[in-house]
Amino acid sequence: MTRPLRTALFHGWSAALAIAFLFPLLWALLNSLKTTDEANQQPPTWFPHSLSLDNYRNLTTFDQGIGTYLVNSILVSAITVIGSVVVCVLGGYGFARFTFRGKSLLFGSTLAILMVPYATILLPLYILLSRIGLGNTLLGLALVLVMFQLPFGIFLMRNSFEAIPRELEEAALVDGCSSFGAFRHVSLRIVLPGAVTVALFSFLTSWNEYLAPLIFLNDGSKYTLPVMLVNIRYASYNIIDFGALQAGIVIAMVPCLVVYLLLQRFYVSGLVAGALRG
Amino acid sequence: MAAPQALKDSLGAVDVARESSAASPRPSRDSAARRPLTGWLFVAPTGIVVAGLFLAPLVILVYMSFTDWPLLGSPVPNGLDNYRSLGDDDLFVGAITFTLVYTAITTVVLFLIAFVLVAISNSARRGVRFYRTAYFLPYVVGVAAASTMWWLDAQDQIGLFNQVLKGLGLIDQPVGFLETPGKALFTVIALVVWKFIGFQVIVLLVGLQSIPHEYYEAAKVDGASTWQRLRYITVPSLKPTLALLTVLSITGSLLAFDQFYVLTHGGPDNSTVTVVLALYNRAFQSFQLGDAAAQAVVLLVVLVVINVIQLRLLRNRES
Repeated sequence: MTRPLRTALFHGWSAALAIAFLFPLLWALLNSLKTTDEANQQPPTWFPHSLSLDNYRNLTTFDQGIGTYLVNSILVSAITVIGSVVVCVLGGYGFARFTFRGKSLLFGSTLAILMVPYATILLPLYILLSRIGLGNTLLGLALVLVMFQLPFGIFLMRNSFEAIPRELEEAALVDGCSSFGAFRHVSLRIVLPGAVTVALFSFLTSWNEYLAPLIFLNDGSKYTLPVMLVNIRYASYNIIDFGALQAGIVIAMVPCLVVYLLLQRFYVSGLVAGALRG
Repeated sequence: MAAPQALKDSLGAVDVARESSAASPRPSRDSAARRPLTGWLFVAPTGIVVAGLFLAPLVILVYMSFTDWPLLGSPVPNGLDNYRSLGDDDLFVGAITFTLVYTAITTVVLFLIAFVLVAISNSARRGVRFYRTAYFLPYVVGVAAASTMWWLDAQDQIGLFNQVLKGLGLIDQPVGFLETPGKALFTVIALVVWKFIGFQVIVLLVGLQSIPHEYYEAAKVDGASTWQRLRYITVPSLKPTLALLTVLSITGSLLAFDQFYVLTHGGPDNSTVTVVLALYNRAFQSFQLGDAAAQAVVLLVVLVVINVIQLRLLRNRES
């Protein structure tokens, strides 16, 4: 085979696969922009005949309205991201820099979270949350999501802090910084990329989580976007509005795609730091 | 989702923690390390979350499994009853076989297709970055959203897949992607490949690119063929990565829930009920928390055993 032919074959084959991966995403976007009638037409049209935001408008009247679910999802994600970053940065620093009784035990217990299938632990958590007054609350859900972020986050942040030469901090201590001051002014800046990675993973997990909100939340006004989506799919089986469903899917997935494309390098560095050591 | 990694690291990491506490205190240098109280303050939030939301629920789970606990009532201890009657829940028993079959097929298919995509993504040609991103993007979409999307796409009259197949002239009548047990399983596996393979590809790529170039150059000098280089350099160097991905794929598949709950809802005729789906039904459709807890304990033990075996293998290799 000649070189140009081989290159052409390579690109033909690779591009066909790329289209197969991207087209379902694009299809949801295209359908969400059709008019309600066109979006529900059988057989479907390939491209919208006229662009319209009807499907998005229809979502505002579905049950509690898309706005409620969107706000719930944003709240859960915000609490989870802030909570995970704070707990993991502090904890990572503590594990990297200090010696104290029970250190290995706590570190081991944190990593053990990965060993336990999370679906099994949602059951007792459901009971526990309702006993401590956090049942059916977005805060309770977010706290559980923070817990699931800990093994990855603590591990990553501990490694980030360990990579910083101690001399740098000691210089700050000598210059009269408190131990917290040294942490804040010196180390924290250097480990910022690690913290962004933790934030990114927490966001994607909490935004997309389905089983935990399905179990914990039993009040329609508290549902998050993924729960709402599946409800549209089941709610009115026979008179399902396909256009509205596509619009809902787009709203649920676009933030993830955008955040990923913007922060891609942190994402890959997180995978490398976590997945491939040892 | 992305928390998989530390798994294989965890044991090694614990060792490191142990060593550093044993080696301490290094007198003059670790001024900070000498104040244990400060250390505790930093890790206190971690401790509270781990104790309150992980260790305590584990204890509660075990307790639940020894009780008769209706969802809306109060628990009554009933000894080993829940464990004795595990075999009576037909849905659960059937789910075990189905989940094992699903896990085996998914793991193999994921690897086979991942190798093709890795071969493309590892090329030095132009435009490869675009392909790589395209294969990865579905991974960041949530499973619930992706499954809902696929449920729509799998519809007979209005769905994308039938439309494409008709457009290509491959079919006259709609396929009915969720109609029979076999087709429903096929559709879920296709969804899983589409959704999760990007992760596998990236991890394999990073593994490949961390193999030192000198190995290949030395092999070339020695006259090794492409096949020999693959057999004696690439595969052995990738072994830890392959092992990690196998375990992640197995443990992930054994716990499959979202894609089945949304796409097939266990149907047709309960033919695609997974273990976690059966457990969920036991707890929240039949309202038997005690039975569900016993099922959960069994599942938990199985997965911990798998993970421990994996860690053992890893440790042996390292020592």
